[in-house]
Amino acid sequence: MSNEAVLHAHSGAHDGHGDHSHEHHHQSFISKYVFSQDHKMIAKQFLITGMVWAVLGGFMSVLFRLQLGYPDASFPWLETILGKWAKGGHITPEAYYALVTTHGTVLVFFVLTAGLSGTFANFLIPLQIGARDMASPFMNMLSYWFFFAASIVMLSSIFVETGPFSGGWTAYPPLSALGDASPGSKSGMDLWIVSMALFVVSSLLGGLNYIATVLNMRTKGMSMTRLPLTIWALFFTAVLGVLSFPVLFSGFILLIFDRNFGTSFYLSDIFINGVGALPNEGGSAILYQHLFWFLGHPEVYIILLPAMGMVSEILSVNSRKPIFGYMAMIGSLFAIAILAFLVWAHHMFVTGLNPLLGSVFVLLTLLIAVPSAIKVFNWLTTLWRGNIRFTPGMLFAIGFVSLFISGGLTGIWLGNSALDIHLHDTYFVIAHFHIVMGVASMFGMFAGIYHWFPKMYGRFMNNTLAYIHFWVTMAGAYMIFWPMHYEGLAGMPRRYYDYSIWESFKQFQGLNQFISLIAMIVFAVQFLFLFNFFYSIFKGRKVTTQNPWEANTLEWTTPIHPGHGNWPDEIPEVHRWAYDYGKDGVDFIPQTTPVGANESVEH
Amino acid sequence: MSTTATATTTKLWGGGKSPFDVEYGKLMMWYFLMSDALTFGAFLISYGTIRFSTNGWPDPNKVFKSYPFAAEGVNAPLVFVSIMTFILIISSVTMVLAVQAGKEMKKKAVATYLILTIIGGIAFLSCQAWEWNHLHSEGAWWGMNPFLNADGSASSTNFTNYFFTITGFHGFHVLSGVVINIIMLIMTLTDKFEKRGHYLMIEKAGLYWHFVDLVWVFVFTCFYLI
Repeated sequence: MSNEAVLHAHSGAHDGHGDHSHEHHHQSFISKYVFSQDHKMIAKQFLITGMVWAVLGGFMSVLFRLQLGYPDASFPWLETILGKWAKGGHITPEAYYALVTTHGTVLVFFVLTAGLSGTFANFLIPLQIGARDMASPFMNMLSYWFFFAASIVMLSSIFVETGPFSGGWTAYPPLSALGDASPGSKSGMDLWIVSMALFVVSSLLGGLNYIATVLNMRTKGMSMTRLPLTIWALFFTAVLGVLSFPVLFSGFILLIFDRNFGTSFYLSDIFINGVGALPNEGGSAILYQHLFWFLGHPEVYIILLPAMGMVSEILSVNSRKPIFGYMAMIGSLFAIAILAFLVWAHHMFVTGLNPLLGSVFVLLTLLIAVPSAIKVFNWLTTLWRGNIRFTPGMLFAIGFVSLFISGGLTGIWLGNSALDIHLHDTYFVIAHFHIVMGVASMFGMFAGIYHWFPKMYGRFMNNTLAYIHFWVTMAGAYMIFWPMHYEGLAGMPRRYYDYSIWESFKQFQGLNQFISLIAMIVFAVQFLFLFNFFYSIFKGRKVTTQNPWEANTLEWTTPIHPGHGNWPDEIPEVHRWAYDYGKDGVDFIPQTTPVGANESVEH
Repeated sequence: MSTTATATTTKLWGGGKSPFDVEYGKLMMWYFLMSDALTFGAFLISYGTIRFSTNGWPDPNKVFKSYPFAAEGVNAPLVFVSIMTFILIISSVTMVLAVQAGKEMKKKAVATYLILTIIGGIAFLSCQAWEWNHLHSEGAWWGMNPFLNADGSASSTNFTNYFFTITGFHGFHVLSGVVINIIMLIMTLTDKFEKRGHYLMIEKAGLYWHFVDLVWVFVFTCFYLI
């Protein structure tokens, strides 16, 4: 069977092969912008849906930071928008927990999973490996629409009478399993679980596509070790998702039965105030935690790896230097992907886990420091003596490295089961994971958006606004989360509604106010970014050259406005890796340039 | 000439072709099956965890001892489920024959073997339906367990909870497989594959069908034998 036949055995969906791709088929508005099967449009759909969720999820954090910073103040406008959830201008405890839970769920899954890898895997994989589209454009479209359906269901849960789910983003039973346990455990939880099930389907459809595309559809000459690191990162992300989400799915199915069909997979010996003793026995709430964290830990790498990949690429392009230690970068991505599956119980050190087993998980957890450090040093050595261009994308990429170091170091603390006895469930944990995976991945996402915006829309974003956005966000991220380390070390627990009634935590009132104030400023600055993004789509400075960043990768060999099929004629052939910057005194050599006769051999 | 030979071997991963020489759909099916294996793995490991942290468990030989039209109080442990398992494994054999016939482009044989596979699948589902109904008539259901532990003490409901959830989830997979096979049959009979010039879709359906059978071997072991 010929290559074309093997690769596209029945490709009714993409007829854009060879010379036909530049013949724009007549597309209606619906098939071009709504039910699009073009990977670039699907990427933009993921991105903009993710942005909507980022605004909603961010706004939720502003609301609960108001409560934490000003527990005694009353804000009548809160009652205007939240109604009974903010009687007298005070957020109620139920609303507070609902906000915290939905903020977590939305940011982790909808923004940093779908919005990040959904956007950039779709956008970059075909463009950077030299393919006309994904392996299955139709499944790709389904992947977005399952995500969209998940979004609608999650959104609707905010509006039910008993409120959205309020038992924390991890949805531990019994709060998630028993409708009587709290108001948010009623229909809000039903909608939460339906939404998440739809999300798992979306992630599976997307992930299978990304894997098949990277393995099968690389252009001629694009061997695995010539792939840009973005593709390697997105590939491992997809593998992690395909192998870990199904376990969460099993956990959810058992949870659905516990909720609705009288089983006791997770329930045993429970007494609810006002209801009495429940008949359930024999189940284990810890079982859910194992199933959840078997996804939950890989999930943080699903969030982080795409950012790592994009940062590697952006740092190299804007330092005008080859990435330092390309093979080590792939190796460390691989090591992280493997270790991701072997460390989940470090989230459960204080659940009564056998200390011996705990120490095994400590060892495996601390091992992650090795590939992480390899990556960090490679990024720093890529920057070292580079001819750095401080584009907005580059600033955010450097910011990512800074945040990854700061947040990663506290991971070494938390990975120790002995220290974790003191630090678990405190603000130290909040500070750690917000810096290392939350804000750092947001920075990776911003870096990717600023860097590839010219390819997405054929225009540049405004640099001045971008610089303001960067510096305020960068300083703000540290000002918000750095003080939380101190609060956590002092034992201040997370998820409390009001600390002012606790003698031990009263002293942090001023600090909490400060954090809340900065959080609001940082949230406001994101609108600068949003304005910049949408304004630049229509009015930004036009891109006039094919390769504005003078980068080596294939996406910059497409026309400024690539059609469906990406390259108007033949897909280019690749002759070298993606990082020939400054080689033999030449500033950059695109991957499509054949190796010259006198060219030096080493990278 | 030797250069072309080395070129093809070294460029297996060199881009421009599939390194495994398979089209994307089959690759996706393999990865989907890996994913699905983790779903079932999670179920069975959960079951094992709960079972071995519980003091007692019912004896499968005393629970699964009847068959259709049997006299009241018959004692035929595991006979019926062995027949079910045999039916499912035979349906895997007919699926192999359908795939093989597809490779040889024998439309009629493909259709025949697909029909046999579909019959096997439906037969398995019918057996399962009877078994569920029988257990239900004995008072077993999600949240209800009439069976005592092997040592005679009262049992937790998790025996039936896991039994119905996991065999139900597997049965749902068999049902999906039957639907897929019916679609394959219709596509075969309407000459869809003849026009394409290959029966690769049958192979992918076959992969799924074998996987479902393989899972049953584990489910069967965990619930009926151990």
